[in-house]
Amino acid sequence: MPNLSMTVNGKAVQGEVEARTLLVQFLRENLDLTGTHVGCDTSQCGACVVHVNGAAMKSCTMLAMQAEGAEVTTIEGLADGDTLHPMQEAFRNNHGLQCGFCTPGMVMSAIDLVNRNPNPSEEEIRDGLEGNICRCTGYHNIVKSVAEAARVMGS
Amino acid sequence: MPDGINTGIGASVTRVEDYRFLTGQGTYTDDINRPGQAYAYILRSPHAHARINGIDTTAAGAADGVVAIYTGADMQTGGLPCGWLIHSRDGSPMHEPPHPPLAQGKVRCLGDQVAIVIADSLSQAKAAAELIEVDYDVLPAVVDMKAAAGGGTLVHDDIGTNVCYDWVIGEEGDVDAALAGSAHVTEIDIVNNRLIANAMEPRAAVSDFDRATGEYTLYTTTQNPHVIRLLMGAFVLSIPEHKLRIVAPDVGGGFGSKIFHYAEEAILTWAAGKLARPIKWTAERSESFMTDAQGRDHVTTAKLGLDANGKFTALKVETMANMGAYLSTFASSVPTYLYATLLAGCYTTPVIFANVKAIFTNTVPVDAYRGAGRPEATYLLERIVNKAAKEMNLDPVEIRTRNFIPSDAFPYQTPVALQYDSGDYMATLKRAQELHDTAGFAARRAEAEARGKKLGLGYSTYLEACGIAPSAVAGALGARAGLYESAEVRVHPTGSVTIFTGTHSHGQGHETTFAQLVSERLGVPLENIEISHGDTNRVQFGMGTYGSRSLAVGGVALDKALDKIEAKAKKIAAHILEASTEDLEFNDGNFTVAGTDKAMAFGEVALAAYVPHNYPIEEIEPGLDEQAFYDPANFTYPGGCHICEVEIDPATGVTEVTKFTAVDDVGRVINPMIVAGQVHGGVAQGIGQALLEEAIYDPEGQLLTGSYMDYCMPRADNLPSIQVAHETTLCTHNSLGVKGCGEVGAIGSPPAVINAVLDALTDFGVEDIAMPATPARVWQAIQDAKA
Repeated sequence: MPNLSMTVNGKAVQGEVEARTLLVQFLRENLDLTGTHVGCDTSQCGACVVHVNGAAMKSCTMLAMQAEGAEVTTIEGLADGDTLHPMQEAFRNNHGLQCGFCTPGMVMSAIDLVNRNPNPSEEEIRDGLEGNICRCTGYHNIVKSVAEAARVMGS
Repeated sequence: MPDGINTGIGASVTRVEDYRFLTGQGTYTDDINRPGQAYAYILRSPHAHARINGIDTTAAGAADGVVAIYTGADMQTGGLPCGWLIHSRDGSPMHEPPHPPLAQGKVRCLGDQVAIVIADSLSQAKAAAELIEVDYDVLPAVVDMKAAAGGGTLVHDDIGTNVCYDWVIGEEGDVDAALAGSAHVTEIDIVNNRLIANAMEPRAAVSDFDRATGEYTLYTTTQNPHVIRLLMGAFVLSIPEHKLRIVAPDVGGGFGSKIFHYAEEAILTWAAGKLARPIKWTAERSESFMTDAQGRDHVTTAKLGLDANGKFTALKVETMANMGAYLSTFASSVPTYLYATLLAGCYTTPVIFANVKAIFTNTVPVDAYRGAGRPEATYLLERIVNKAAKEMNLDPVEIRTRNFIPSDAFPYQTPVALQYDSGDYMATLKRAQELHDTAGFAARRAEAEARGKKLGLGYSTYLEACGIAPSAVAGALGARAGLYESAEVRVHPTGSVTIFTGTHSHGQGHETTFAQLVSERLGVPLENIEISHGDTNRVQFGMGTYGSRSLAVGGVALDKALDKIEAKAKKIAAHILEASTEDLEFNDGNFTVAGTDKAMAFGEVALAAYVPHNYPIEEIEPGLDEQAFYDPANFTYPGGCHICEVEIDPATGVTEVTKFTAVDDVGRVINPMIVAGQVHGGVAQGIGQALLEEAIYDPEGQLLTGSYMDYCMPRADNLPSIQVAHETTLCTHNSLGVKGCGEVGAIGSPPAVINAVLDALTDFGVEDIAMPATPARVWQAIQDAKA
């Protein structure tokens, strides 16, 4: 089995994987980073979104080997100690999550969205989160959360 | 309140559980791994109906890493039980065909379980499953309910019919007479589209067996671990409760689909016992699509009688409800006691008759999905009321207000068994109109018209029954279980508190709301309160979370346990303060003696209870740990008004919800932020049903909408911001005055959307449209009306 090394949440990691292993499997099964979730098998739901070299990526749609040498950030790597990332804080303040299953992917996508568009309108937030499905919130409070986080991240 | 911050009833406290979910520390079933665990893959039927002539597992059994393969021949256990017995109009019990966990000689729907392959890794299990040869004799499938009801192909040969039951409520003769004497009768044919719940966490299970103790453990994605223990232990596997532990850890949404006892739970538990090895199974999303119980799927014809003033005189309803291939856990109750008993809605219709035929088809079982029966009743009522208004040239609001049960008429006995305790339907209607600015609609419509778009406004004034349920009533109606709830309040020596509740939180925020109830009563800060749920080895008992019952039943059980805690604590404090209990006051966590400066903090009382040196030991026992079981006196009856505004592009049929307002009466609100979130989510699912979602089978019983590529889930850009407000009347029969909020959004919203669509299409003469009103359907309806 091929060897693989990358940086995950600032730490150098390596592992042996089958060539067909997906990045999400490597994160969950090899590294026990179970915050990244699998909600579908067609790359539609976005529960598995992580950052690869700073950009949002559905980790179920990428082979682990393709992330060789990459900088990967997962939901576990966002907070600075006990200090939540402004996006995490905004989701908490605005009840942007209920069951929590889509939340890691939603937060990672939302950060990427704000990084690319620091001052998004409601419509731009809704369009930008089109690749992440949430069944609990009706997105209402997610949109509010992202708008608030964008204000905080920009200040 | 602690630190001057209100964390009690009515405060929008941010959620206790969010930190772990936001940092990736939630523990869902698939995150759990047991030492030495094997992995399971379930081989499923690719056919909707077939005889199994033989299964050859020889090659598969010899494949790399395979630990065991079991088929129905190996697993001869009890079948999956149905929890609700319905009797047909002739008095005969419903047909309850066997529901084996692994197929016994026949498969009856796509995805039916044929074999389990257990291997050292999941990829090995999957690879081995490819080598299993199943000799199928493919049979014709019956998918359409009307065809199934007529006989022909039988889903279950031995019962000789596809009609599970033929049930009635009300006096048909009275209703027919009233209809005959009515000034006007409105008729409607209506379909409530089949839906798939699609909780974002796919179902999963991890089973284990401890050889030393003989105890089985099952981690599973369920809304009600004790119910699974009871059903699986007593009916399927014959494992006594004290040797069976069910753990429902963090569960990623349920919406009803995780109430039921599923075959995989029984297969995995049984196999773990055979192998004395932990086994893990996680559904792929495509498996969820074809094995999670689906929702709705009614075909209905109804007649509404009206007098010359537009007052309803009678309602007659004939419904066929799809059961799928087998009776799922609560399937039989949904189109009867959760549907037909709601057909009075918030109206004074004096006589109502309903006939419900439950039909077996070669499709995935159908059971409760958010609202369960009540969305179907509401959709029927709110559509037929609008149609009647149009036919009688009445305003849709006017016809409703003429027929509302007046706010001074409670308790109100309906002709379909229920007695409503409280409500004010005019108040929720008026508030919704104000918030929505319905007065400004005409101007908005003109503005849209100028852009070539059609704007429509739709109302839904709904009522539902939840807080399930009084056990005696449920039992009389066929329930095979009680529907009380339990709570234990364990006050620790240092004054912190653990609550054990039989409800289960899978997004609803019980860890916060229940802690608020405790904080309100005992003055203990939230960080010193822990809510424990989901583990049958920790929690005394429980019936779980569904039917918007957690607060209205589980929360009230907690309130009753808190009564006992307070009463005992008062005796302890009175003893130490040398006062009588009558002279003691308890506020903000302190016992004080009226008219003196004597005081004792709740934490000091807790310590005294566990260090009983100066203690009324002859009167009461040491310790401060109380339990309560609460069985409600009645259902609770939330209601309200939903107003939807849609904008349609007549050139393309694309329909956009531009404005949505929900004003609900859910009784006392404990955490307004959480309640609003529940309404948002329910409304989103209702808009999904109305505009986007439908489970579709082809005539051979293949599911055409088996992935997120094909089944249209609401996404952020499909939905508007949702305005939410409350008008409160208190529930009169529980101590908290609460009614329940989990399902109101999904119940009230679909007819508001469709009534808005039809309003927008008025100019084209479109009078009916099916859910989901997709762009193709809307466009076609416009073309057909033009032709």
